Amino acid sequence: MTDLTKLTAVEIAGLVAGGETSAVEVTRAHLDRIAAVEGRVHAFLHVDTEGALAAARAVDERRAAGEELGPLAGVPVAVKDVLTTKGVPTTVGSKILEGWRPPYDATIVQRLRAAGTVMLGKTNMDEFAMGSSTEYSAYGPSHNPWDLDRIPGGSGGGSAAAIAAYEAPLAIGSDTGGSIRQPGAVTGTVGAKPTYGGTSRYGLVAFSSSLDTPGPCARTVLDAALLHAAIGGHDPRDSTSIPQPMPDVVAAARLGATGDLTGVKLGIVSEFVGEGAEPGVMAAFHESVDALTKLGAEIVEVSCPHFKYALPAYYLIAPSECSSNLARYDGVRFGLRVGDDGNRSLEEVMSLTREAGFGPEVKRRIMLGTYALSSGYYDAYYGQAQKVRTLITRDFTAAFEQVDALISPTTPFVAFPIGARTADPYQMYLADLFTIPTNLYGGPGISVPCGLSEGLPVGLQVMAPTMADDRMYRVAAALESAVGTFTPPAL
Amino acid sequence: MAAISREEVAHLARLSRLAVTEEELDTFAGQLDTILQAVAQVGEVTAADIPPTSHSVPLTNVLREDVVVPGLTPAEALSGAPDAEEQRFRVPRILDEDVAS
Repeated sequence: MTDLTKLTAVEIAGLVAGGETSAVEVTRAHLDRIAAVEGRVHAFLHVDTEGALAAARAVDERRAAGEELGPLAGVPVAVKDVLTTKGVPTTVGSKILEGWRPPYDATIVQRLRAAGTVMLGKTNMDEFAMGSSTEYSAYGPSHNPWDLDRIPGGSGGGSAAAIAAYEAPLAIGSDTGGSIRQPGAVTGTVGAKPTYGGTSRYGLVAFSSSLDTPGPCARTVLDAALLHAAIGGHDPRDSTSIPQPMPDVVAAARLGATGDLTGVKLGIVSEFVGEGAEPGVMAAFHESVDALTKLGAEIVEVSCPHFKYALPAYYLIAPSECSSNLARYDGVRFGLRVGDDGNRSLEEVMSLTREAGFGPEVKRRIMLGTYALSSGYYDAYYGQAQKVRTLITRDFTAAFEQVDALISPTTPFVAFPIGARTADPYQMYLADLFTIPTNLYGGPGISVPCGLSEGLPVGLQVMAPTMADDRMYRVAAALESAVGTFTPPAL
Repeated sequence: MAAISREEVAHLARLSRLAVTEEELDTFAGQLDTILQAVAQVGEVTAADIPPTSHSVPLTNVLREDVVVPGLTPAEALSGAPDAEEQRFRVPRILDEDVAS
């Protein structure tokens, strides 16, 4: 009998629509898989067994009634715990929201329900999406299915681990500095950061509002594109949502899968191939470049001179926005309250609540942002970082006058051992060296598996102009058609 | 030279409403110093005449139609509150005791 957990979303939806299996059977197969491997992987913070089965039954009933089902109906999906889910616990990986059951669904969650997908549960993440390994989750790290002693990337390591471990075919992530793409790279899965404003932030717990971008995670480029199409597009409830139709990412992925990149011009970011990446990562990258050339792409080197300042600019901008956004955790409207003995003042209770509820990385970033925004330091730090952001945007604009898309390794190193980078927070930040420029610019980026280094997955990143998400899907699907997909050892 | 002192970190913690411990102050002072030394690289860029970017999407004054749409009920809005009373969020004491009495 077919193992339903090994199928792609496209295959599952086809079997459900054709009546060859039911959404309930598909859901049970994934819940069984979760039960079998979660003790080792820890991808989920909450598994919503009853909610998933009810959603699956509803899909089966709609099919029985002869309703036309969408392209992802009956397909299970895991949702990063950064999106609000009505009545289903949402913690953002933090103790400060432990036990919180939001009174509303995020727009993306509403769209997932409307598409007939089946939400299996909420996935683990670094607290408030700050981190590159899930080690900053207040609920313990997730484990990489390729090697359980290694990190699955972060912050969306739970979503990536869930799909790599066949606990779900699809997952939702959010990408502020690489939190979809870097976990995709180190778990051998596909992760796409849409154009900023192309996917709604309504109900996405805010970290850095000018950068946060929710997006799809999957095992194939086409599955990612279908999920992107299901969740994307204008949302009147998000005032930064782009009021334009999205490009047809599904058609682009199908076009790319034909393996023809004739007429496509790709730029290798020279600043990203000279230094910083492990030799094994560079070897896999260069082999992929050869593969892309064989598919017909023309490849040139492009210089983006300000990209080397992206990491420092990001670690001023994101903490500044976070110090402001996280002021809402005041122990009054939701979440934790500590030390309210009837005598302590509001301010004392607030300080004790935040001290108890936030983990060390969140505290570091709040204080760093408070510093960068304070009078006397504002111009030198936050103000200067915003100017560097302009220069990075200009680098992208100039590059896209020469090429259709840019390529680089997704991350400088393969999955590192759990514990290897927590002692020095800045060492952790380097994981996002290649993904951060895209967030500052606002354009789309995708990580697609491109090879192995010492038995661990390597990802190739494709970066495209704002609102040209279709281009990155075409290139990623073409590369996938040449190098194939990568399967971790059996758990 | 250190970019940030232990006293400055203590001040930042107060501004951030974080009741950090003495031990945390020692750890954070060293770590924030390392991070600040690294991010100070942005100062190498000549950017005096460059306009700042706060946001990548150039949208201004985004308005919606002035129509009533369903929102949360008071019970839903208060459902996650640590303490509530008479359809309101109940907060800890906000005035000094002698003023309040």
